[in-house]
Amino acid sequence: MPNTAQALPAAQESCAGSRLGAPAAPSLVRDTQDLLLSVENLAKSFTLHLRDGLTLPVVSGVTFDVVAGECVALGGPSGAGKSSILKMVYGNYRIDAGSVRIADGEAFAEVAGAEPRQMLALRRTRVGYVSQFLRVIPRVSTLDVVAAPLRAEGVDEETAKARAGALLARLNLPERLWSLPPATFSGGEQQRVNVARGFIGSQPLLLLDEPTASLDAANRQVVIDLIREKKAAGAGLLGIFHDAETREAVADRVVDVTRFEA
Amino acid sequence: MNAPATAPASSMPAITYNFAYLDEQTKRMIRRAILKAIAIPGYQVPFASREMPMPYGWGTGGVQVTAAILGADDVLKVIDQGSDDTTNAVAIRTFFETTAGVATTTRTQDATIIQTRHRIPEAELKAGQTIVFQVPIPEPLRFLEPRETETRRLHGLADYGLMQVKLYEDIARHGHIATTYAYPVKVEDRYVMDPSPIPKFDNPKMNDSPALQLFGAGREKRIYAIPPYTQVVSLDFEDHPFKVQAFKEPCALCGATGVYLDEVILDDKGGRMFVCSDTDHCATRQAEGHTGTMSAPYAAQPGPLTPSPSPARGEGGNPTGIPSPLVGEGGSRPSRETGEGFATGESGEAR
Amino acid sequence: MTTDTPLLTAQGLAKYYGHRLGCRDVDLTLHEGEVLAIVGESGSGKSTLLGLLSTELAPTAGRVAYRMRDGETRDLASLSEAERRLLLRTDWGFVRQHAEQGLRMAVSAGGNVGERLMAVGWRHYGDIRSEATDWLSRVEIAAERIDDDPRTFSGGMRQRLQIARNLVTRPRLVFMDEPTSGLDVSVQARLLDLIRQLVEEFGLAVVIVTHDLAVARLLSHRIMVMKSGRVIEQGLTDQVLDDPREPYTQLLVSSVLAA
Repeated sequence: MPNTAQALPAAQESCAGSRLGAPAAPSLVRDTQDLLLSVENLAKSFTLHLRDGLTLPVVSGVTFDVVAGECVALGGPSGAGKSSILKMVYGNYRIDAGSVRIADGEAFAEVAGAEPRQMLALRRTRVGYVSQFLRVIPRVSTLDVVAAPLRAEGVDEETAKARAGALLARLNLPERLWSLPPATFSGGEQQRVNVARGFIGSQPLLLLDEPTASLDAANRQVVIDLIREKKAAGAGLLGIFHDAETREAVADRVVDVTRFEA
Repeated sequence: MNAPATAPASSMPAITYNFAYLDEQTKRMIRRAILKAIAIPGYQVPFASREMPMPYGWGTGGVQVTAAILGADDVLKVIDQGSDDTTNAVAIRTFFETTAGVATTTRTQDATIIQTRHRIPEAELKAGQTIVFQVPIPEPLRFLEPRETETRRLHGLADYGLMQVKLYEDIARHGHIATTYAYPVKVEDRYVMDPSPIPKFDNPKMNDSPALQLFGAGREKRIYAIPPYTQVVSLDFEDHPFKVQAFKEPCALCGATGVYLDEVILDDKGGRMFVCSDTDHCATRQAEGHTGTMSAPYAAQPGPLTPSPSPARGEGGNPTGIPSPLVGEGGSRPSRETGEGFATGESGEAR
Repeated sequence: MTTDTPLLTAQGLAKYYGHRLGCRDVDLTLHEGEVLAIVGESGSGKSTLLGLLSTELAPTAGRVAYRMRDGETRDLASLSEAERRLLLRTDWGFVRQHAEQGLRMAVSAGGNVGERLMAVGWRHYGDIRSEATDWLSRVEIAAERIDDDPRTFSGGMRQRLQIARNLVTRPRLVFMDEPTSGLDVSVQARLLDLIRQLVEEFGLAVVIVTHDLAVARLLSHRIMVMKSGRVIEQGLTDQVLDDPREPYTQLLVSSVLAA
């Protein structure tokens, strides 16, 4: 395991730039410093009030960790609850029971029951998300869509746009599309915009929901490279990979979600 | 200003009116409003405006204020747009002659009370004189804020950004502050006030005036006042300061400059003249021997357009005789560009 | 970030119109840069709540406090009328559903934008005008329309003018009451995007009342769902919309297309 303080310059930076101001002190427990995500006894069910309060259990007892530098894949068939786990980690779904803790500087932030603004701060600096589908914002150019997470971190516009452009170029998105809003793009193009937006930030924990679903082989390889680079830089990744090839290429281990069937 | 309960019997008409028409209780009510208005310069005091034997818009507010302050010894002057003999002025003067039997005058200096519509006389008012303005719309903010509750609150809080918006609009639409009458003023650095539809030319006369200035709005039921020697400032912008109208030529009849002039159309061929709007001022000057470029022909044959008594009637008539060579020289109308008429008038005075 | 004092705080806020309930038991905090959407159907109390927060209505119970520009948090009920008005036209904005309620329709666009400046003492015409021109361009209104009055503007332009008029004094908190309803879809999108940009650029705190969940999704960080005068559910916008818990919220979310 690389030392987080060295391997995660971006995370270090955002910590030093935080309100606490003090440089990161050496951690008491080295393992804790490498730990980026700790999920314990997580449970989720949906109550469908429109269907007479029908309750759909999803998962329970979900427990696993993600440490710096590794990519963990969630495994299991469709409907096993992989996406729900990812969404709970991101604060997108409520957590019925259990705990999701995300490394936040010296401490760990609890996602279950987090205040909205705490969660938003975590998303800005600690945890990123690449979803399958791009939620299109009308009238915002592709370049701005991709640069937005960097801008939120406080990077100046010029730098952010330059890095967004570099990433889009790497993902083979034609430059003539950069100034257009991605609303009219094909599924594959939108997916690449989405990947670029997810990977551009410096959050040390990255959640990937089928990031290669509608990509061709060449672009899939780019995404695989991006994941490997993130790992090398000391980030932790938690992902759902539909195609086995990608999963094998990037995942260090697989957490079988069927174990947590509720 | 003492109002006896009964009027001098000599002037009582066949029909018996109370002195100055209004009953004493009403006058007291109005006087209380006036006292409050004087105590809070520029503040609009509501009062129970009465029906008067003339329509709204004919000066019912001013008439009620005048009626409330008029005493048997007062000498009343009534002007309308500066003129003593327009219908409105004559009607109101006659009204008080009939109902109060007070002395009336056209001479500004001789009057103790001057009721006016749309002008302040040119002759400087003196301490002890009272000028009563007829006001159609007393609320200066009304143009932008139709709600009375809101305008009152704005006055209460001295929240006058809105007034500035009105002036802004003027400049935006006309390139300069195009408000030429009813130009808003701030009284004693507190209340913004509508000076009634006087030309903005008269605004500076309100500042630090030795006379008491009272304003009555009959239809809107408001009275406000400027006590003597009160600061009255016209609103403006730093880069568009308040300016009064400047006339490029003197009065065609008396040669006066620095006075407010009315344009009089002479024929249907574009002929026109500019004459003092204040007829008393013009007549007085002519009586003192001042002449303008057109005074000779019109003085000789006073026509309906001649707004003032012939100067020949004045005691101190023009010592040089009316058909002045200068006037003859002037034969043509004064040039508004060169101020040629100005020289004419001044030379007359020099003699 | 989590420890700093909120900009706006409401506690136990209630409003009754006689015996009829407007809203009750509302608590909320809002920080700088936060956008809070209040959603619910007509009559749910969301507009009443907006009125209470913005001091347009007096609460029957509860209090609203605001951290003023000088850093002091004041109970809004304790403000004098003059202080309240100063707050309303400097540090706050209010964008209304009907532009004619938020604009002076007989006053030019420039006058509408300049009004707040003049109200806080600007007396230089040239300065007021150049500031107004600048703001018109920010809201994508051509400079040559500066002397036209809003009656000649389209619905979308009027709303943009309203925004410029409100933001010219750089407020920290803006209330919005259904700012996009009644506009064509394309006009709506443009307006939403503009609001989104300005919110980001100026770090505005916004309380926006809307019945349109798509608007809430696009603009807000947090959402409060109101029903029958009470807040029944609240949280992160994407959480409430993607994982609604209350029966009513589930109904709301399922009733819209792709919110």
